This record gives sequence, structure tokens and C-alpha cells, in this order.
Amino acid sequence: MKRGLIDFWVGLFVMAGVAALLFLAFKVSSSSTLVASDTYTLSANFENIGGLKARAPIKSSGVVIGRVTGITFDPKTYMAKVSFAIDKRYQFSRDTSASILTSGLLGEQYIGLEPGADDRMLEDGGRITITSSAVVLEQLISRFLFSKAQEGGSSGASEPASNHALEK
Amino acid sequence: MANPVVKLISRIGAPFTDALLKLGFAARFFVAVLRHSPIALLRFSLTMREIWFAGVLSVLIIGVSGLFVGMVLALQGYDTLVRFGASSSLGILVALSLVRELGPVVGALLFASRAGSAITAEIGLMKATEQLSAMEMMAVNPIARVVAPRFWGGVISMPLLAAMFSAMGIIGGYLVGVQLLGLDSGSFWSQMQASVDLRFDVINGVIKSVFFGIAVSLIAVFEGYDAPPTAEGVSGATTRTVVTSALVILGLDVLLTAFMFRGV
Repeated sequence: MKRGLIDFWVGLFVMAGVAALLFLAFKVSSSSTLVASDTYTLSANFENIGGLKARAPIKSSGVVIGRVTGITFDPKTYMAKVSFAIDKRYQFSRDTSASILTSGLLGEQYIGLEPGADDRMLEDGGRITITSSAVVLEQLISRFLFSKAQEGGSSGASEPASNHALEK
Repeated sequence: MANPVVKLISRIGAPFTDALLKLGFAARFFVAVLRHSPIALLRFSLTMREIWFAGVLSVLIIGVSGLFVGMVLALQGYDTLVRFGASSSLGILVALSLVRELGPVVGALLFASRAGSAITAEIGLMKATEQLSAMEMMAVNPIARVVAPRFWGGVISMPLLAAMFSAMGIIGGYLVGVQLLGLDSGSFWSQMQASVDLRFDVINGVIKSVFFGIAVSLIAVFEGYDAPPTAEGVSGATTRTVVTSALVILGLDVLLTAFMFRGV
């Protein structure tokens, strides 16, 4: 193989490899890791975070505006403390509420922010106080069953019998 | 040493001592290759030839295998996802499995069997025909002239080949998912793009392939250099290159994956 021909093929090979990398970088993936200088950090306490994980998206009106950076357990309040980084372009009022939502029936969980009406804005390191926890399916079902059982009880004398049956 | 018990215990110990000796020799060999690398990298035309030999000639098998693996992933993934009504997530499945695992790992396995075995056979035959000794006689260091360029040729080629494997696989997944199974092209790409992270998934995949490139290239040149200078010895060394490379690739993959993707 002649020297010049080898150089040509190697050049082509390297170009194809770099093209493949660029394809992976721009067409296949997106950089969700926001640059640290362009974000500010907020935190919120939740009674139950369900299946929320680090790197889960923060959405407002369905648009991704940040990422969960850390989840810790607060031993004093017995609540989960979730901290997240938000794009500096988006400011939120101090009475913003945060809730843990699920995309679709089996989808991943994310935090939804609902802006309030306060004129003052949340600063870096601020805390969102109005929160609602993740919906836990087991709790929903048990609540539904209890309310059903109570309905049955109020309707007549069958209550003691059914309770008895349950205890057995 | 006539005692049969001592003999038995020694026979159990011998393979371990041999393995340890070989490992130590390989480590010293690695240091020697690194020490002679500047010369090989300065005379870059030597390394250029090896990139051509290890990289360019492997493009066809890597590209075609990547295309097929991506197609199979799409067919199999669709079959399962469609039961949950989640067939639009097919792009995520194909891209994540290729970028994180299959691209680097299968790419490295193919590279070891296509290029690694050839490197071992070449160096082993040079040794068997006493070309390496002849070089030493002429005061040319065979590690700098023969081994280091082949090592760096492999190390440079491997990440590029793994990226090509992943890219071809995603194109294969697109062909099957969108053209054959009729998924929506827009949601295929946009869901993929939303779920695959550049730093976390793509860069970690490239880091993996760099490690695999170093491991496979080192094993290939070492087995060739260490081969007994006979026809039988060279054939045994070639086999060992492929077997050891495969084991090391998969073992390293477990370690790297545990470091990169655990608990996040």
C-alpha cells in the first residue's frame, strides 16, 4: 500500500469516526446537564417523594426548566428534602407551589412548579414552602376501599357482619 | 521434593505462579511500550499505517454488525414495548442500549477478533522468523519500531470504531422502527434526544471504549511479543489474544458500569 493512499484512507476513517461522534452528540443526545453558572438552586420539602430520582426534570407548564440535583432525608422534620437547579432565565415568585407528578400512567416522576402571584421572587438557595407529595397508588387504593366500606356501613345493618367477615 | 504431598501442592501452585509472572511481565511490558511511545508518535507515519491496518480495515465489519444489531434491537424491543403501548419509546431503548453498552462492548469484541488477532499473529511471526532479533542487532529497538505504533494504532482506532458502531446501530433501529414498523419519525428522534444525555450517556460510552481500546491493544501486542517462536506458539498466542480480550472487555465493562451508572 502506498504511503499517500494510507494517509487518504486514515483521513477518511478519522472523519467518519468524528462524524459518528457528532451524530451521537447532536442528533441522538441532548445536554440536559445545565452549566452550573447558568442555574440557581432551590429546595423543597416533601412528605413523600414516591419514585422521584436525582436528574429528574423540573417542569413548569410542561416545559423542562431544570433538574433535581439531590434528595436527602431530614431527620428533624421526617421529610424528604429535594434540591434542584433551575435555569437562570426563569424566575419564580415566592408563593410558587411544587408538586410531584407522573408523566403518563407508568412514566417517570417529575416536579411541577405552579407560579403564584407574589411580587417578590425566589432567590438562589430559596425554599418552596407550598408542596404536595407524590401520589402513592397503594394509599389511593386503600383510601378508596375504606370509603367504599364506610358507604356500605352507613346504608344498613350489614356493617357488623361485614366487619366480622373481614376480621376472620 | 520426593514427598508426593509436596509435589501435589506445588502442582496446584504452579499455574498461579505462572499467571502472576505473566501479569508482572505484561505490566513491565506496558511501561516499556509507554516509554518508547514518544518516538513512535513522533514518526507518525508508522502509527498511521497501523491505524489503517487496525481501524480502516475494521470499518466494514463494525458498520455492518452495528446496523444489524440496531435492527434486531428495534424488532425485539418493539415486540415488548407495543404490549405496554409504549412503542414510541423505541428510539430511547435502541439509543441507550447502543450508546451505553453495545457500541463499546460489541465493538471492542469485534475489534479484538478482527484486528487484535492480526496484530498478535504479525508480531508473533516477526519473532518466529527472527526479524525482531535482527532489528536488535541493527540497534533498532523493536518495541519502539514495531510494538508501540501497533499499540497506539489500536488505541486511536477503538473509540472511533465504537462511535461508528453506535451510529450505524441507531440508523438500523431507525430503518426498522420508522420505515418497517411504521412508528412516527418525529417522536422516534425527539424522545431519543430527550432521554439520552450527552455527558452522562454518550461521553461515558466513549470513555468505556477508550479503556477497551487500551486493554485490547495491550493484550494483542503483548501476546505477540510473548509468543513462543514456533508455528504452534503463534497460533496459541492468537487464540489467547481473542479469549483474554473478550474476558477482560466484559470484566472491565462490569467495573466501569458499576462506577458510572450505579445509583443514579
